[in-house]
Amino acid sequence: MATQKTEGRPDTAALSTEPAIELVGISKAFGAVQANKDISIRVMPGTIHGIIGENGAGKSTLMSILYGFYKADAGEVFIRGKKTEIPDSQAAISAGIGMVFQHFKLVENFTVLENVVLGAESGARLMPSLTKARKLLVELAREYELNVDPDALIEDIGVGMQQRVEILKALYRQADILILDEPTGVLTPAEADHLFRILEGLKAQGKTIILITHKLREIMEVTDTVSVMRRGQMTATVKTSETSPEQLAELMVGRKVLLRVDKKPAQPGATVLKVDNLSVTDEDGVLRLKDISLSVRAGEILGIAGVAGNGQSELLNVLGGIMAGTGQIQLNGEDCDLTGKHSDGQSRRARGIAHVPEDRQRLGLIMDFTAWENTIFGYHHDPAYQKSSLFMDNNAIRAETALKMQRFDVRPPDPHLKAKSFSGGNQQKIVLAREIERNPDLLLIGQPTRGVDIGAIEFIHQQIVALRDQGKAILLVSVELDEIMSLSDRIAVMFDGHIMGERLPSETDVKELGLMMAGMGEGA
Amino acid sequence: MDTTPKWADVILIPLINLILALLVSGLVVLYIGENPIEAIKILLNGAIGSTRGWGYTLYFATNFIFTGLAVSIAFHARLFNIGGEGQAAIGGLGVALVCLSIDWPHWAIALPFAVIGGAVFGAAWAAIPAYLQARRGSHIVITTIMFNFIASALLVYLLVNVMKVPGSMAPETGAFPKGTNLPNAYQVLGWFGIPFNKFAPLNVAFLLALICCVGVWALIWRTRLGYQLRAYGHSESAAVYAGISPFRITMIAMLISGGLAGLMGVNAVMGEAERLVIDSVQGAGFVGIAVALMGRSHPLGVLLAAILFGILTQGGIELEFEIPAVSREMILVIQALVILFTGALENMVRIPVERMFLRRKKRAS
Repeated sequence: MATQKTEGRPDTAALSTEPAIELVGISKAFGAVQANKDISIRVMPGTIHGIIGENGAGKSTLMSILYGFYKADAGEVFIRGKKTEIPDSQAAISAGIGMVFQHFKLVENFTVLENVVLGAESGARLMPSLTKARKLLVELAREYELNVDPDALIEDIGVGMQQRVEILKALYRQADILILDEPTGVLTPAEADHLFRILEGLKAQGKTIILITHKLREIMEVTDTVSVMRRGQMTATVKTSETSPEQLAELMVGRKVLLRVDKKPAQPGATVLKVDNLSVTDEDGVLRLKDISLSVRAGEILGIAGVAGNGQSELLNVLGGIMAGTGQIQLNGEDCDLTGKHSDGQSRRARGIAHVPEDRQRLGLIMDFTAWENTIFGYHHDPAYQKSSLFMDNNAIRAETALKMQRFDVRPPDPHLKAKSFSGGNQQKIVLAREIERNPDLLLIGQPTRGVDIGAIEFIHQQIVALRDQGKAILLVSVELDEIMSLSDRIAVMFDGHIMGERLPSETDVKELGLMMAGMGEGA
Repeated sequence: MDTTPKWADVILIPLINLILALLVSGLVVLYIGENPIEAIKILLNGAIGSTRGWGYTLYFATNFIFTGLAVSIAFHARLFNIGGEGQAAIGGLGVALVCLSIDWPHWAIALPFAVIGGAVFGAAWAAIPAYLQARRGSHIVITTIMFNFIASALLVYLLVNVMKVPGSMAPETGAFPKGTNLPNAYQVLGWFGIPFNKFAPLNVAFLLALICCVGVWALIWRTRLGYQLRAYGHSESAAVYAGISPFRITMIAMLISGGLAGLMGVNAVMGEAERLVIDSVQGAGFVGIAVALMGRSHPLGVLLAAILFGILTQGGIELEFEIPAVSREMILVIQALVILFTGALENMVRIPVERMFLRRKKRAS
């Protein structure tokens, strides 16, 4: 590797090894937004370096610069001590950088082997490359527990496997610096543990790993050093062993944050929602919910844990009137229609069901609508918003919106701004304000804090608990196990459209829930 | 971008686009060996240099307002209705049937019925593609454009075989009864003592078009239906979440759209031709797409864009007459350039203008 010293950087001589990656004074602006501001960071070889920060803090931009997707406005990149220009991803790959994206970039109907070789074939004929890759895959599987069936089609294997294929792709291209962007978002706790074992193995072989995440637990578990980003700036780089989750959270947000949810024991009342033998088939004819039965009582939070895509979305959608289903749903003892005219969102709202959808940008908000137009979305038939039988009372809506924004601490509190101009956390507060202020009997809430910054998470959790304490029933769906554990009064685990079982948070742990989420345990 | 002021967005950028289009058109005129300054003089003089010019310009503009509003309202629900041509033609048939049905005593009595006739026929013609889209998923761009051909064939059949005056060679209906003839601008302005060209086809349908502009504006931004329509247009999935039925919105948006296109018949058939001829629409349905595009689907923008296209149409006719080298096709080239610059190349000007305002803002802060 490059051992010659680089001019103007005498301090490297003092160290036993060159940093694997060193960024000096990186800045990048998009229009008026300064995404990265004078960022300097050094990552030593053979370490796992975490980069943590809230959404929009600039983590992904920084990594995109390193991988050649964006060009920095200012600053330099040194790889193994050598100044390197990275104009495109090809240059990054030849510099030994591999990237595993949050959303995998795999060809679904190709085999694992074909995906690994894709773009790195050694010649016009495919067979030699495939033979070589097959041999390498076997070696890697032995060395790092990276076992995958080389001949399986991508569409037939699980997300955990797909992620391994992404790592194999990088290793096949001889990457020795591996960047992983939010790698555990789609994994079960067991799969995440497996991933971390793979990373440890790679580290032991002298590979350098950069782990981008917003989960403090992962940072504490696997990294050696951690850099914290806030609003485009690097606020600190610390040794993981010398810091604590509370300190990191404070560095991320810029103030003290309560990581635990403060709540009194639940005092459940009468059953509000009762679901019996609910099944749902999606547009492609796939059975997504298989005979689900559950109930939620007034004044309690039922948490639904599970890896994304195991039927939780469909459960919320059927209850919220977005999808049709079969079976029985009762609200306060009365049946809800599951198909036909009276099964839509409008009818559900009329029955007192509020729904904070999982995907607020696609369902919960119209991104091109202003905040005031969004705060009546779904409730636009309410007589309070009409001036006459024909016209809406826009002034009254705006006035009410201003009040709601104030109460839910939406920043900036301007009803005329479009939804897309707010940050993720503030968008979520707009949806919450709309749904909670309607005083519903049942609140369906999916991924309440996805893409929401830590400061806002605290606020949102408080609101959910406050609603519970008013005696409302809450059905919470989240892929964040920590969130489920700390908010729920009861936990149901979903796997492959089934409910695997129910647990009390005090009588279970991450390990047990993780096994249930993976389809093991009772009922399987 | 929030940094660009609204006036720049609505006026400055379209204006720059228009000037660029005219500059390039000037080069084209120069290329065929004519004087572009002279050409633009003739064009403007012919279109707005006299009450006769204005009379024709605004008559054309009236057609374009109806078809432009039709495209706009569908576009707010993200439905691309390019069937304005056919809907206007069938709307014209509806107007003609109303006018020929009885011996109307007075135009003011005939007009409301003609409006209903045009709107209902236009809406009905849009209803079939709308239903096919909403229930069967047949793409509305394909079906509406096909319905243009069906409408044209249907009219040919009706005019040649059914509605033609017996013994006449021309495929057209007989003249409408006198009681359906709408007062033209000469008569209306005459009531107020304002002189106007006697033969220009501008008529009271222009006022109807203006009322439609206000109506469409109020519908889109002030009513619950407009709210639902825009919500559906921005995000179908969110609309379903809110309990808005995609079927209902698709049908309603297309019915209103077709109805507006059908109203063009009041101007062209009842107001001008005073009989149903074989091609009463003359491409206005397609110009409506450009008008809606340029007017950014806002009724005020549609009004201004319609007047601009009225000027181009009327001025173009004069230009063709005055400078024989500038043919009918040349006028189409100029119109096409305007559409190209204001529609397709919009971002070419928008991005530098936004940058300029951004720099200004930075300097100010």
